[in-house]
Amino acid sequence: MTPQATLPPVDDRAGHRLDFLLVADMVEPGSRVLDIGCGDGSLLALLRDRKGVDGRGIELSREGVNACLAKGLPVIQGDADTDLADYPDDAFDYVILSQTIQATRQPKVVLEQLLRIGRKAIVSFPNFGHWRVRFDLTLRGRMPVSENLPYAWYDTPNIHFCTIRDFVELCHEVGAQMEKAAALDAGGRPVRMTLPWWVWNLLGEQGVFLLRRR
Amino acid sequence: MFVDGCPSANYPCSKGRTFSVFMSSTSVSPEPRSQIDDPSSLVARFGPDEPLMMDAGVPLTSWQIAYQTYGTLNADKSNAVLICHALTGDQHVANVSPVTGKPGWWTTMIGPGKPVDTDRFFVICANVIGGCMGTTGPASIDPATGQPYALDFPVVTIRDMVRAQAALIDRLGIQRLFCVVGGSMGGMQVLQWAASYPERVFAALPIATAARHSAQNIAFHEVGRQAIMADPDWRGGRYLAEGTRPSKGLAVARMGAHITYLSEMALHRKFGRNYQDRSAPTFSFDADFQIESYLRYQGLSFVERFDANSYLYVTRAMDYFDLAAEHGGSLARVFKGSATRFCVISFTSDWLFPTSDSRAIVHALNAAAASVGFVEVESDKGHDAFLLDEPEMFAAARGFIDAAARARGIS
Repeated sequence: MTPQATLPPVDDRAGHRLDFLLVADMVEPGSRVLDIGCGDGSLLALLRDRKGVDGRGIELSREGVNACLAKGLPVIQGDADTDLADYPDDAFDYVILSQTIQATRQPKVVLEQLLRIGRKAIVSFPNFGHWRVRFDLTLRGRMPVSENLPYAWYDTPNIHFCTIRDFVELCHEVGAQMEKAAALDAGGRPVRMTLPWWVWNLLGEQGVFLLRRR
Repeated sequence: MFVDGCPSANYPCSKGRTFSVFMSSTSVSPEPRSQIDDPSSLVARFGPDEPLMMDAGVPLTSWQIAYQTYGTLNADKSNAVLICHALTGDQHVANVSPVTGKPGWWTTMIGPGKPVDTDRFFVICANVIGGCMGTTGPASIDPATGQPYALDFPVVTIRDMVRAQAALIDRLGIQRLFCVVGGSMGGMQVLQWAASYPERVFAALPIATAARHSAQNIAFHEVGRQAIMADPDWRGGRYLAEGTRPSKGLAVARMGAHITYLSEMALHRKFGRNYQDRSAPTFSFDADFQIESYLRYQGLSFVERFDANSYLYVTRAMDYFDLAAEHGGSLARVFKGSATRFCVISFTSDWLFPTSDSRAIVHALNAAAASVGFVEVESDKGHDAFLLDEPEMFAAARGFIDAAARARGIS
């Protein structure tokens, strides 16, 4: 898919992004996974190598697809907004939508498709309720442009921003049950679990949710 | 193949040889008989005890298949790659053609250090059943009559072509092919291989192809066939026995088909409305425009290397191709349980085998839970793009093949 928020270059010792490691922790070993907007296939390769998953991907850019093919990953060129309807029900154990839902034309339809295709869905997205976004809007009166959200308002692919609380609301609306939820801070580390929603929504730069059909 | 190495407007004009084909009905070039019966390549011959069962319901007895190989088969015979050629291709995929003297038709893709690397893989390419480059076809001698088969040759299907290739692969002692690769009609064969012999295909790379031939494509083929059959020198198909050749009909068939291999953009870029060796129209039906001269040249060069009846048979094979029809109309069912790794490639400007055809294959493979990659390459060169210098295609093919080779344990 279109690259959206580039995440902080925070890696573990093996060079994996922390948010990928968090997602990987949510996936059962040996399961079937579809990664929508899989980029260069880093997450799929991580899941294959560490979790033994049978992974598939959809990616909008040719460069991304070619990088995936070179890693031996079965990835097809496609678009979350149009191509998910072609997958049968329950085709995957997990469908992952990483940093992409805010760039889709119909986020609600896409979320419903994820829950139809996969028994479970893992969705991560940049949190528009983060304090720095709020600061930019309320005090500076400007649309936020940061390392994580590097686009100017007129050329951003991110057309449907939401906050963590907005996303929770949407989950209720489409009948998705939240099995796990995490908010990551600017360093890509999870915000401590015991905090209330409003704190997550303030301190989390991105939200990561494990969902399943109710 | 479609591209005859005519990259610019540098081809004979209408006053050259083209003229003779279109204006004179008496000139008959010598029939390249030797390539039909005794080709300049390897040949596997199958006797009366090894008939090829054809979909038409009749056995083909005493048949042969002409093929070329490149590279070396490894000890465990795991590195064999089969290349399937398109409509008018042949086995000379990576060597100079004995007929035209031109380089092999897919040297961009196949050779030392190329995506299909002949330093690593044992590459096989065979002429299709119904062809005219040494595999049994309508120009071959019917052992029952001692005359060329002509229209007594059974109608050929893509599955027949693949069945013949499988017999060759058996003959070579290869149980499982590492990869089957092909574009256009070659891609149809790749899909048929994966459908008919899933356990014998580790990886499949169908390019610029479809799981069924469209009504529009059947229509174009029918125009070409009618052009051949309307040529009085076709003689009801018995032209070889009667010493004539339907060159004009075959050339027209080729001219029409050639347009479908290009794109409006490519034609405009290459030719525009440019005149051929003149500065103004001649107010005649001479080839005033470069595009006319180019097409006439394509027609001319084609008739020197291809048999008209073969053209009828091989186009028919493509028309009949509908992989899902064999499986109750469900393409997903064709590939259910397949362990083959697929990579599908299409081109943006290909209107003969548009991306939607490739996507239909991909959707079916997804529905069948098969392993599939897919890239649509940006190109303005139309269907022919798969034979040309398309770095994105090479990158996708190389990545896919290298990764599959690692998985297969090929060094």
